[in-house]
Amino acid sequence: MNFLKNLLTLRWLTGRRVVIAVPFLWLAFAFLVPFLIVLRISFTESDMGNPFGTLMTLADGVITLKVKISNYLFIAEDELYVLTYLSSIKFAAITTALCLIIGYPFAYFMARAKPTVRPVLLMLVMLPFWTSFLLRIYAWKGILANNGIVNNFLIGIGAISEPLHLMNTQFSLIIGMVYAYLPFMILPLYANLVKMDTRFLEAAADLGATPLQAFWRITVPLSKSGIIAGSMLVFIPAIGEYVIPELLGGPETLMIGRQLWDEFFTNNDWPLASSVTVVVILLILVPMAIFNKYKAEQEARS
Amino acid sequence: MKSNTTFMQRWFGRGWLSMGYLFLYLPIVVLVVFSFNSSRQDMVWSGFSLQWYAALMNDAEIISGLGLSLRIALMTACASVVLGTFAAFVLDRYHRFTGRTLFAGMVSAPLVMPEVIIGLSLLLMLVSVQKVFGFPERGLMTIWIGHTLLGMAYAAVVVQSRLQEMNKSLEEAAMDLGCKPYQVFFLVTLPNIKQALGSAWLLTFTLSLDDVVLSAFLSGPGSSTMPIVIFSRARLGLDPRVNAVAALTILVVTIGVIASSLYIARNERLRQKQISSAAKV
Repeated sequence: MNFLKNLLTLRWLTGRRVVIAVPFLWLAFAFLVPFLIVLRISFTESDMGNPFGTLMTLADGVITLKVKISNYLFIAEDELYVLTYLSSIKFAAITTALCLIIGYPFAYFMARAKPTVRPVLLMLVMLPFWTSFLLRIYAWKGILANNGIVNNFLIGIGAISEPLHLMNTQFSLIIGMVYAYLPFMILPLYANLVKMDTRFLEAAADLGATPLQAFWRITVPLSKSGIIAGSMLVFIPAIGEYVIPELLGGPETLMIGRQLWDEFFTNNDWPLASSVTVVVILLILVPMAIFNKYKAEQEARS
Repeated sequence: MKSNTTFMQRWFGRGWLSMGYLFLYLPIVVLVVFSFNSSRQDMVWSGFSLQWYAALMNDAEIISGLGLSLRIALMTACASVVLGTFAAFVLDRYHRFTGRTLFAGMVSAPLVMPEVIIGLSLLLMLVSVQKVFGFPERGLMTIWIGHTLLGMAYAAVVVQSRLQEMNKSLEEAAMDLGCKPYQVFFLVTLPNIKQALGSAWLLTFTLSLDDVVLSAFLSGPGSSTMPIVIFSRARLGLDPRVNAVAALTILVVTIGVIASSLYIARNERLRQKQISSAAKV
């Protein structure tokens, strides 16, 4: 009785519950449910025009559950798909490594700059974010094309006589990916390095460490969480990148995002596209878990 | 010896930073410079001209795409800031509730999740909804939903970091003086985080204005946003009108960034003045 009264007087509707429910319900609607639907469609028959075939049927008192796994078998057996997944991981890994090699010293020198200069340096890294990503990737087409800026320049100074073939190769793809994702590596590294207590370095120097030793044995280990965060922020979206391979990649630069797009838009095979999506999600699940664990740790610290 | 190494280090650092910034800004400079190129032959400089800007003004496809993009961006920014503030508030203030880990994961996942995956799953969800209820049609509404999912994640990050560093004793004081929780939020918390809300709004606005993958999945016939138009041309090759679009965007962004940093600096000066005059009394 009391329970019913509480329910009717909306006593359970505390401010706290409402505040939690609003974003929770939105995310359930726009994020969680869509994935469940994808999962479900990935197991259905590829019925032309109707991707919502029934999984379960009830006839004559018998429940039949039809789970079609042939999409997954197809992905596992099809050489092109296996190669595409592997090559996506390869390009994402190369991108992450190059971003780290360029971005770590960059963030380090930013963090060691004079405190008055730092906000300017930081803003200069963030500024490209505010100008269109699509247009900045498009710009590389003009830079790397056969009659583009790099080739015109090299021919102009007489270094080469024939234009180098740079566009639509692995090279142009990697340049574009590193370019687009570099700020995502720099920003978390900078946030981490700028907070570092430099007295550790002084102590190391007092104890006889060379700057290089101090760097490898103190700075790098202390910035581990920044390295992990930056790497995950680059690696995970890079695996499924579509725009950059489409604009800068070539026929031999297989990327799963592009394959998924074609399967969906060109071949109209929604169940297969759903299965490809599920496999991509499985691929990025572990890096996502690492990323979330790091985020939770960072929140607990502050 | 020691001063020698630090001298070397300093110049190595400066060199590295300069090279990095050169890499980050080279494409932007190229876009702007070649938007003024008079030649049709794409990347060879042949003289100054404004013809691509004139061509842009008569480009109905881009103009109508821009109109749609601006409308979606406006709606996205408002919705993202509201939802992002809710999410940030929950993450910052409520540490124990059922499903918190799931909630935190779902808030941050769109930040890293490849956009093709978000786009495909949202589309399949919306198609199922449409099958049952008969709406929404693919178009402005559906693109808005997709952009808001992404925008909320970014807004939550910006707002949450501000909430974290905010002085909580102000809220406690308001509570002690008898404010109701919603009064505390609107009279104390909100004024304190309004700058973060402003930057979250701008960030989600530009994100939405720029997005191509989600829009491509969620748009219907006749609802091509500007990035979709640009992307379809960029796929085919180089188009000097696209450079003109880029230069104009960069102009607007530069003005916006300079204006907002001047505004922030002015506010900061005023605040300092108030603090020092209060200290004198």
